[in-house]
Amino acid sequence: MAYTHYILVCGGTGCESMKSNEIYNNLIAEAKAAGVIDKVQIVKTGCFGFCEKGPIVKVLPEDSFYVEVKPEDAKEIINEQIVKGREVPRLLYNKEKKSTETVEDIQFYQKQLRIVLRNCGIIDPENIEEYIARDGYLALEKALFQMKPEDIIAEIKAAGLRGRGGAGFPTALKWEACFKAPGDVKYVVCNADEGDPGAYMNRSTIEGDPHALLEAMIICGKTIGANQGFVYIRAEYPLAVDRLKIAMNQAREAGLLGKNILGSGFDFDIEIRLGAGAFVCGEETALLRSIEGKRGMPTPKPPFPAQSGLWGRPTIINNVESYVNVPVILNKGSAWFSKIGTEDSKGTKVFALTGAVENSGLVEVPMGTTLREIIFEIGGGIKGGKKFKGVQTGGPSGGIIGEEGLDVPLDFKALQQLGSMMGSGGMIVMNEDDCVVDVSKFYMEFCVDESCGKCSACRIGTRQIHAILDKISKGKGTMEDLDKIKEIGFAMQKTSLCALGQSAPNPTLSTIKKFEHEYISHIKDHKCVPGKCKDLVVFDINEKCIGCGACARKCPANCITGEKKGRHVIDQEKCLKCGECYKTCKFGAVVKA
Amino acid sequence: MAKMSLEDLRKLRENTQQQIKKRDMEGKQIQIIVGMGTCGIAAGAKVTLDAFVKELDAKGMGGDAIIRQTGCMGLCQNEPTVEIVMKDMPSIIYGRVDAKVAKEIVEKHILKRELLNEQILDRPAGDILKK
Repeated sequence: MAYTHYILVCGGTGCESMKSNEIYNNLIAEAKAAGVIDKVQIVKTGCFGFCEKGPIVKVLPEDSFYVEVKPEDAKEIINEQIVKGREVPRLLYNKEKKSTETVEDIQFYQKQLRIVLRNCGIIDPENIEEYIARDGYLALEKALFQMKPEDIIAEIKAAGLRGRGGAGFPTALKWEACFKAPGDVKYVVCNADEGDPGAYMNRSTIEGDPHALLEAMIICGKTIGANQGFVYIRAEYPLAVDRLKIAMNQAREAGLLGKNILGSGFDFDIEIRLGAGAFVCGEETALLRSIEGKRGMPTPKPPFPAQSGLWGRPTIINNVESYVNVPVILNKGSAWFSKIGTEDSKGTKVFALTGAVENSGLVEVPMGTTLREIIFEIGGGIKGGKKFKGVQTGGPSGGIIGEEGLDVPLDFKALQQLGSMMGSGGMIVMNEDDCVVDVSKFYMEFCVDESCGKCSACRIGTRQIHAILDKISKGKGTMEDLDKIKEIGFAMQKTSLCALGQSAPNPTLSTIKKFEHEYISHIKDHKCVPGKCKDLVVFDINEKCIGCGACARKCPANCITGEKKGRHVIDQEKCLKCGECYKTCKFGAVVKA
Repeated sequence: MAKMSLEDLRKLRENTQQQIKKRDMEGKQIQIIVGMGTCGIAAGAKVTLDAFVKELDAKGMGGDAIIRQTGCMGLCQNEPTVEIVMKDMPSIIYGRVDAKVAKEIVEKHILKRELLNEQILDRPAGDILKK
């Protein structure tokens, strides 16, 4: 016999620690007692991402969302809902609260709100009809037949959209400047050269919803009076490139791209340019040079691209995420959009949540959501129950935010005040096992590799700071070195030609500010407490060793020896300090010193 | 597809919207929607998709189900993700669906209308375009 109801009990770590297991067992027992066990199936699920109000129980098909459920509530849920078909209002999440204040008509127990990712995971990205069915190209209709360029700019301005590439420049101002710039040849460029370590928001957006980007770029072309667009995308994103090409072909066939779009008399076409993986080509002026076929190096601003960009023509260059917001703004209106977010920053932001969290993934949240909500609710907390140390936002240009920033509502301004930046949206969570010196060194090494070499502040500065960090990580640093880093960093911030150089010292400077004691313990005590700086850590085996040999089998250098059931020893000469033995030992016999 | 005029586009939108609604209402078909972003594919979504095809064919149900692809739902930790939409059943998203779980989904969820334990995930956000 088929089930009429399904009860889903959250089995995420957060809920399990609050007796969700007991709830699960009680529900089954109560269902049996009430004689409805053949009518209702009770299952455990993965994390619902709403741990704050856990344990969560959801009943289908009614979609009743119960929060803070206790084991003793099982009886009521079974007897009321399954037997009598009535919800249990007492346990329902109060949808009146919070939800309706922000946006109406949306299921609002969730922390996430998907505007940019509205179609990702819902439509088939290789099928234009599915996109059209979900209001696709509806905004284009408006832009072509109902709105004047001034209207479009006014709508985006009223919506308060700011550039999602990192700096947060108001999109409407850019478009307005380009619209007003004289000239009959103008260009629309999309920056999809997502190069931050750990960031993949743009890739997923294009892979999941390529038509949204095309639609927005056509709208931009219509607004500023351009007939040609370019998508500059990394060659390392083959699937995104393929899907974009498929979408472009479909749009051309349907008359949505090319000559005389939808019979409006407006022509617009798009070309793809593949980036060869240079981080600096994400900087807008360098990106434009690269499209022109030149070596990707930044040029001084002004002139800004909106006045003189590609081949000296007025050019709009926006990030993928900025564009993809535009059709929604035109369809739903600026009033709808500007209700979401904070005073300073409207709408949502997509983050790629990675690192030491339970549920890594792509999240889109309203501006003003706190890091705590993102990491501990949506992300399900720190992996393995470890202690939170910090979160790196903005990639090699951003900084590390520690415990003190967890409850600050995030927007462009707040992140800057915390000594980091929004960046494109990479968010790497670190736990107590991560060493800030090691992390700073990693980012600085990245910047050394990626510095284009045009200006000396960046070319030499990154190398010098990296050399000092390397020294500190080997226990050979001095206290004066910290001052030197600050001095070089300051000079780079003030005198580098582009944002890459100006922001390269940020991860180092922000960690010196917030985790100075860790730098000092490297310098004065020659110690790396998390054990990441290999020159400062020694692995040893103590008397707790029972001689199981597990560590010896794991050791890639074969440097652990010992009799069976006897205490093992590590040959320090050969030890690579990879830490495998430390991770493997179940008896706490391998120690870091 | 031939070049469209404004009228054609509007008609197409209306028609596809109705088609999709019909698909939901009549629900004769079983829809299996596999997340095929880079993350999904890297985690083995292609193997998962093949497993569904094989399993449905083996049960002689190849004609009853359509297998569709979609982009990343954002649940990267739990890829490959698969959503099952069918008549008289709530739509369910499963995570970490390998060939073995795919087989189980066909046998339990699709044939017996029984959910799989410990495998279900929640869609991370409401749909802003839902009417």
